[in-house]
Amino acid sequence: MTTIDTHASAPAGSARFGLAAAVANWVTSSDHKKIGRLMVGEALVAAVAAAVLGVLIGLERMGDGYSIFDGDAAPQLLALFRYLLVFGTLAPLALGIAVAVVPMQVGSRAISFPRLAQFGFWAWDLGSVMVIISIIGNGGPGGGNSDLVDMYLLGVALAAAGLAAAAVSVATTVLTSRAPGMGADDVPAFSWGSLVGSVTAVLTLPVTIGTVVYLYVDHTYARLAFGGNKAVADHLHFALTQPATFVFAAIAVAVLADIAPVTAGARQPLRAAVFAGVGLVSAGALGAVTQSQHVLSTDGSTGDTVSSALPYLIFNGLPVLGALVVLGASLFVLKVGKPKVSASFAFAFLGTGMVFVGMLGGMLQNIEAAGLAGTVFEEGATTYVVYGTVMVAVGALLHWAPKLWGVTVPQGKTLPLVGLVLLGTVLSSFPNYIVGFADQPADAADGGLFMYAPNSGTVGLWNGLTAVGHALVALSVLAVAGAIVSALRSGQRAGDDPWDGHTLEWAIPSPAPHDNFSALATVSSPEPVLDAKPKSEVPA
Amino acid sequence: MTVVLPQRSEPAPRRQVFVATAIAGAGISMMMAGMLAMWMKFRAAAPVRESSDGFYLIKDWLPEAIKIPEVAANTMFVTFFVACFMAQWAVYSARRDDARHRSMALGITAGVGVAIVNAQIAVWGQMGIGVRDGAYQSMFYAITGTMLVLVAVGIAFSAAAFFRSVGGRSDDVQVVSAHALYWYVLAGVNTALWFLVYVQK
Repeated sequence: MTTIDTHASAPAGSARFGLAAAVANWVTSSDHKKIGRLMVGEALVAAVAAAVLGVLIGLERMGDGYSIFDGDAAPQLLALFRYLLVFGTLAPLALGIAVAVVPMQVGSRAISFPRLAQFGFWAWDLGSVMVIISIIGNGGPGGGNSDLVDMYLLGVALAAAGLAAAAVSVATTVLTSRAPGMGADDVPAFSWGSLVGSVTAVLTLPVTIGTVVYLYVDHTYARLAFGGNKAVADHLHFALTQPATFVFAAIAVAVLADIAPVTAGARQPLRAAVFAGVGLVSAGALGAVTQSQHVLSTDGSTGDTVSSALPYLIFNGLPVLGALVVLGASLFVLKVGKPKVSASFAFAFLGTGMVFVGMLGGMLQNIEAAGLAGTVFEEGATTYVVYGTVMVAVGALLHWAPKLWGVTVPQGKTLPLVGLVLLGTVLSSFPNYIVGFADQPADAADGGLFMYAPNSGTVGLWNGLTAVGHALVALSVLAVAGAIVSALRSGQRAGDDPWDGHTLEWAIPSPAPHDNFSALATVSSPEPVLDAKPKSEVPA
Repeated sequence: MTVVLPQRSEPAPRRQVFVATAIAGAGISMMMAGMLAMWMKFRAAAPVRESSDGFYLIKDWLPEAIKIPEVAANTMFVTFFVACFMAQWAVYSARRDDARHRSMALGITAGVGVAIVNAQIAVWGQMGIGVRDGAYQSMFYAITGTMLVLVAVGIAFSAAAFFRSVGGRSDDVQVVSAHALYWYVLAGVNTALWFLVYVQK
């Protein structure tokens, strides 16, 4: 038996060499915790930007008597909004947390291929900047500046390649760098979700890249096969909606699966079911690789209905079932344990609930008879999934803050924000479900102006509520960031294991040192840290 | 609180490069599968026209004037398997710590990769089409160009493994195996591309 005591601090020096050295250290760092924090930080900035755009779009949709934007800008703003939601927020948030936490959880000193993960972050970052610049400069889908439309396509491809690179790093870490004795069935739930999400991301993101290659060559040279810049959004739509978004939601759902047993102070008795549930969420990846949403059609014969029902249920139903299993298992472990009040659990549980509502929306949207195709209902489902994931990510940051920053964020500051961000998520999403049934179209009209449903009076009110919801989400994210910064500035350090954790990351000091572990532990169960505690402290 | 856990010496390496190459190879396969699916979708959606002799109704997909140079295309197809054979020879040699054969096999693999690039350029040259000429042409260049980029990555992989071998890395079995896996992936992907683009057209 050896004490894992790695209180040796990370290499000092950045303070000595000043700001430039600190920036250089962050820019070139191959420390997975820094790369992950950079991804998460920028993803949260993108979330706030998306929410601000959501406010503007909601206001624009309120009525047809006035317009905030130039008419031609509408399709591009919608494109930017969708990009920021999915490629700017959802994907890097999920992968960023995985990059930061997974190596510590599986008992590895570093992430596999740290330079690949670093490249992934910067490629995604540069790609996203290219997308934003191109849209601001009248590029993007339907944009008038041909060169900037090309730049938009290159940006999307670069961002997707970067995310895929980071995903390769995460997946390889879980598969090859586990602590001695940690079998595949001993992997922590979050690491399992990260493996599932990363592998499915590696399988789906290249499909987007391949599509972009076609679009780029066609747009640059011929504009005959794909219809030029007007069709860019149509052909990339599959990557920015359900069920492709569930690929990253699988990682988010796994956060809850990891936090729930710690909150309950008990081992998860339904561990196998949780693993299966997380795996089922990733079935949404099938939608991304087939570039299709798969609709349930009841118009034809019984045979036609059955043949459409099968892919519909696989693509849309299995993720719903998976999220339900994880939610149920999390409640069950609370029942068998002695739960504590935990802001991180509240964020993760309610966030997963929001993701679940988004998945249900995805199911409903793809029932042909509901007539929701092409309406803002789809946007509502996407915002549920993305903002739900933001909530889960906030829960994850609060949970792992001791390892990432060496602090615990006071629950008194964060618990009230749970209600605020929940309200924001519901308000930004649910009204779109309602006005979707009122046939409000999701996209801008041919002339570039938003189109409105016939009864624009009531619809205008619902659109106004979405604006309020997006504003609340933006404020909540800023408030959480403020709480973390405040905790950092307070100088109050967290203990090594403030939550009575179960998995290996709680066996290292807070904050985690550069190389995580001074000596590699041998594990023989899914809860090695729990096993190592005195028997009197170990829950049943 | 300091948690006490049993400790063990460094775990045996678990083939990181090989596993990462396998994952990346799966991603590459999905990218090309997606591109081929779009190729088939556009081909299926092409309007029908009469053949020049008036006897047949054919899909207006491949312009009548375009002839696929089958000799060059088939040579390229076969060359991928030659590259696989050489890459496997390198694995065989690496496992036996036969540095000379390992280096030679890796060098030849890189050379065969260059031959594939040459064959692709020959195909383009003999077809004599421009990327701006039409929908088929732009999609043809997009998918074959993407394949060529993947081959270029393979050549770089072969070159890196070759120089490591020449530099005396005798414990490089994993990298050489990963290198072979990459060429197997390329050969598999190219087989699908060859059948759908060059045979079925």
